[in-house]
Amino acid sequence: MKRIALALFACCSIASADERRSGLLDMRPEAQAMQRDDSMNPGMLWVLDGEALWGRKPTPAAQSCADCHGDAAASMRGVAARYPAFDQASGSAIDLAGRIIQCREAHQAGPPLARESKELLALSSFVAHQSRGLPIAPPEDTGMRAVRALGQRIYNTRMGQLDLSCAQCHDDHAGRRLAGSSIPQAHPTGYPIYRLEWQGVGSLQRRLRGCMVGVRAEPFAYGSSEFIAIEAYLMERARGMALETPAIRP
Amino acid sequence: MKAARFLASLLLAMAIPAMAAAQTLQVTGDAVMQSLTGSAGDPARGRAIITDRQKGFCLLCHSGPFNEEPLQGNLAPSLEGAGSRWNEGQLRLRLMDNKRVNAESIMPAYHRIEGLNRVGATWRDRPILTAAEIEDVLAFLMGLKAEKAP
Ligand code: HEC
Ligand code: HEC
Ligand code: HEC
Repeated sequence: MKRIALALFACCSIASADERRSGLLDMRPEAQAMQRDDSMNPGMLWVLDGEALWGRKPTPAAQSCADCHGDAAASMRGVAARYPAFDQASGSAIDLAGRIIQCREAHQAGPPLARESKELLALSSFVAHQSRGLPIAPPEDTGMRAVRALGQRIYNTRMGQLDLSCAQCHDDHAGRRLAGSSIPQAHPTGYPIYRLEWQGVGSLQRRLRGCMVGVRAEPFAYGSSEFIAIEAYLMERARGMALETPAIRP
Repeated sequence: MKAARFLASLLLAMAIPAMAAAQTLQVTGDAVMQSLTGSAGDPARGRAIITDRQKGFCLLCHSGPFNEEPLQGNLAPSLEGAGSRWNEGQLRLRLMDNKRVNAESIMPAYHRIEGLNRVGATWRDRPILTAAEIEDVLAFLMGLKAEKAP
């Protein structure tokens, strides 16, 4: 059954022996249909907002994203598939949201974009949407290798009052039921996502905070090197899987 | 003995870190024979703790005879018959710290506070269940007897 579903989805990249599956396939058929139909997918509202922001100057003196980057369909195609990336200037890894924050600061001198703000989620959704259907392709540079290794270490470390690691749920028990929820394999294919429980769009880091609070651990801060490291590890783990932004999740 | 138990509950009540509380765990074989409170727990309260998503949250992983709870997990065996598979002392240790029996287990230690990593501020330095709550859950589990074979 699992294999059949996987084969249907495998159009885009996955070899037949690949056991990896997007969280999309763990959802009820109605939720899957909602994601697949842009006219029903509420995440598209954020994408449309992001498109409008892309062309708008944050202050009269500033340039818009479009003034510098032109048509996003061309300039942003594939960008989300290779983030987090190594930022030579700071000598550390940066995630896609962080890069957009940086552009606003350095190139637009506009009001700063806060993590999880509606504006940043809209821009992130719009930029990531330009990579929908493309395979995740993390960069190979050595800087990122160390970051991913840190992410993998965190992923395998028990944490919180419940003393559980990410791997114990998402590797050892994926497909099983945690009370009413089916445990997905934790592939970061759909972010930012529209989560039914949030009734809104949120980032991968918001999702990870949820899992950490769920095991009663102190979550990492938004934009922290730890979250970016986990994100980088999850992207490597999902290498070759297709991006879905904006995905729906329960 | 009695003094030690008194000290243990005092320490837990004051939520004093860890080492002290750990030393008071009296393990005999794979069991903790003494009641943590000195008396028997209340099975009705124990049942409520098991199904409470903020207290015992046992049904995240387990299933059991709780018909009013439609959302039960399947990461762990059913609790049905637990009181026949184990004696009271064995169950007490498994509840307090199942990793003493199986280091790889995913079942949280419900009455241990040391050796944990990045516990959220709200939950730090207190066990998931108090001594009295452990005894209540235990009292309920001991009543879950397997049906006799025909
Ligand atoms: C004044 C020109 C300018 C403006 C305005 C600008 N950017 Fe940039 N952007 C750049 C440059 C230059 C880079 C290359 C990296 C760097 O130097 O920061 C870049 C890099 C990026 C990247 C990373 C691309 C990659 O291939 O890794 C993203 C994503 C991005 N910008 C998004 C945006 C968004 C969204 C906006 C509007 C909120 C924006 N930028 C506004 C100049 C600009
Ligand atoms: C106790 C089990 C458990 C642990 C531990 C856990 N998660 Fe999760 N995680 C879940 C469940 C269940 C869901 C799906 C929730 C839902 O459907 O509402 C989920 C969802 C996710 C998703 C979303 C997948 C998608 O399809 O969008 C990601 C990513 C994720 N977790 C990563 C992590 C990481 C990283 C950690 C460690 C910091 C972690 N999780 C720890 C149970 C867990
Ligand atoms: C995160 C998942 C998880 C949670 C939460 C959990 N358990 Fe367990 N429990 C397990 C697993 C897995 C086992 C199987 C044995 C092992 O792992 O050592 C187990 C074993 C047991 C056993 C012995 C099994 C048997 O043969 O009867 C009992 C009794 C038990 N749990 C009771 C509870 C109670 C009561 C709670 C709530 C207070 C609880 N568990 C919460 C995962 C869990």
